[in-house]
Amino acid sequence: MSVLIIAEHDNKSLKPATLNTVTAATQIDADVHVLVVGFECQTVVEQASQVAGVTKVLVADNAAYEHQLAENVSKLVVEVSSDYEHILAPATTTGKNTLPRVAALLNVAQLSDVIKVEAADTFVRPIYAGNAIATVKTTDAVKVLTIRTTGFDAAASTGGNAERQVLSQVIASDRSRFLKEQLAESDRPELTAASVIISGGRGMGNGENFKLLEGVADKLGAAIGASRAAVDAGFVPNDLQVGQTGKTVAPDLYIAVGISGAIQHLAGMKDSKVIVAINKDEDAPIFQVADYGLVADLFDAVPELEKSL
Amino acid sequence: MKILVSVKRVIDYNVKVRVKSDHTAVDLTNVKMSMNPFCEIAVEEAIRLKEKGVASEVVVVSVGSKSCQETLRTAMALGADRAIQVETEDGLDSLSVAKLIAKVAQDEAADLVIMGKQAIDSDNNQTGQMVAALLDYPQATFASEVAIENGEAQVTREIDGGLQTLAITLPAVVTTDLRLNEPRFASLPNIMKAKKKPLDVKTPADLGVEVGSNVSIVSVTPPPQRAGGIKVGSVAELVDKLKNEAKVVS
Ligand SMILES: Cc1cc2nc3c(=O)[nH]c(=O)nc-3n(C[C@H](O)[C@H](O)[C@H](O)COP(=O)(O)OP(=O)(O)OC[C@H]3O[C@@H](n4cnc5c(N)ncnc54)[C@H](O)[C@@H]3O)c2cc1C
Repeated sequence: MSVLIIAEHDNKSLKPATLNTVTAATQIDADVHVLVVGFECQTVVEQASQVAGVTKVLVADNAAYEHQLAENVSKLVVEVSSDYEHILAPATTTGKNTLPRVAALLNVAQLSDVIKVEAADTFVRPIYAGNAIATVKTTDAVKVLTIRTTGFDAAASTGGNAERQVLSQVIASDRSRFLKEQLAESDRPELTAASVIISGGRGMGNGENFKLLEGVADKLGAAIGASRAAVDAGFVPNDLQVGQTGKTVAPDLYIAVGISGAIQHLAGMKDSKVIVAINKDEDAPIFQVADYGLVADLFDAVPELEKSL
Repeated sequence: MKILVSVKRVIDYNVKVRVKSDHTAVDLTNVKMSMNPFCEIAVEEAIRLKEKGVASEVVVVSVGSKSCQETLRTAMALGADRAIQVETEDGLDSLSVAKLIAKVAQDEAADLVIMGKQAIDSDNNQTGQMVAALLDYPQATFASEVAIENGEAQVTREIDGGLQTLAITLPAVVTTDLRLNEPRFASLPNIMKAKKKPLDVKTPADLGVEVGSNVSIVSVTPPPQRAGGIKVGSVAELVDKLKNEAKVVS
């Protein structure tokens, strides 16, 4: 039976997290449908129908869906759910906001942050901040899963030619209203899609000093990340937080600067291919996961690193 | 206004987790247990709303075995007025827990349900959303700011792209993120006082809720360990390794 994916998008473009979710879906069944819920989201629909492996794109385009409020999207998904045995979304804040509602309305469990598909009813997911890996089997009639993007390669964004189906249902709750949004604007790659990330922690001292990381990021085409301590201290905004309760990343290269390596931080980055740590404390736990550790004052090492790249 | 807060007893966030050698579960024997950090934030937010005169009563609920009474007492020492334990085995799945909490919220006629966004043991991040769905309430998850006015909660949410602010009509569910507040510590006199606060015990049958799950655990294993790395002596050596050994920099 076909798999339904709820697309991650901002009405303008399809987010890469959707592509990783498509790969997870194709490991369950070859017939993969993508639901685009939004407003004036035609370009997203175009992009979704070109993704390799996607056979059908369902479109619900209405002002009521502009901000993809969970109350509305979950009910819409439930209305189309009878055609599916699996409903997937990327484990982003949008997916995590909506899918548990879908599962509860369907009276089934929801499995979060799936990193591996063992079989159509058996999935692998990290628990305890990634300090244990659980394999779980479900006999629920509909399996509702959020997919951790670092567990799956991205499907090709072109090569597909999916048919389209317009959904005309409009579900508009009058008890949840969007007021405003402050979205980070950056020319850098998105944190969860970047192949190189340089992250700063409390050791950076203040927000101004994050400029040091920008110099290196410019040379490497890197995204910038942060520890919780750096976000809590107001050095940088919350969308940069990497960790158990922030973003999960697995770039080719992760450079941790002035970050001690608490388990909650490691949970979000320890699957990176190569980890570099720059820290002045040689006993910092981050060195236990680092491929290359440099014991140094970051205020000397980072400018020097920028110069030598 | 009445607030219901849910709390979960979990492994303390500082404890290094170990998987049982038979790969059936995480080993919890003799491990320090605490209130889930996100639930602490939920309790704190409710108490602040009461201190501001916005809320009149804060009821705290936990689902689990007798040991979660300790967590309920902690919540009352922090300022919750009374507690309800829904007595079940530990480790019920999110949907069952959500059904129980939803029923308690209904019975209590709570105007606002505040819950942690996730528990640091199962890392599910689901229960609040499920409670909201079961009651057909609006929700605001991952909250970093909550203001109550005219029967509405204005909530700023931490989302992947930045911050989003919603207005939701009460009754509603809010789940907490890390930066909503900094929880207080319980004072000794308040810990003593909490022992005398009312704590009701209910069963799923009392609430008329059937619990159970179609999900079973096949195995719980330790994560793959990273091979140990090396220390480099200088930035020059680091760059050389990244270019010529790891080949991640050109
Ligand atoms: C429920 C919960 C969830 C959490 N979720 C997350 C999460 O998602 N992500 C996360 O990151 N954390 C999370 N944490 C917090 C985590 O436990 C740590 O507190 C946090 O990661 C520490 O950040 P840090 O390494 O920047 O700061 P610190 O631990 O203070 O480390 C700073 C480091 O900088 C080094 N340093 C200082 N000055 C210099 C210098 N001049 N040169 C070089 N090195 C220097 C120090 O040696 C030290 O190692 C969570 C905690 C809890 C309880």
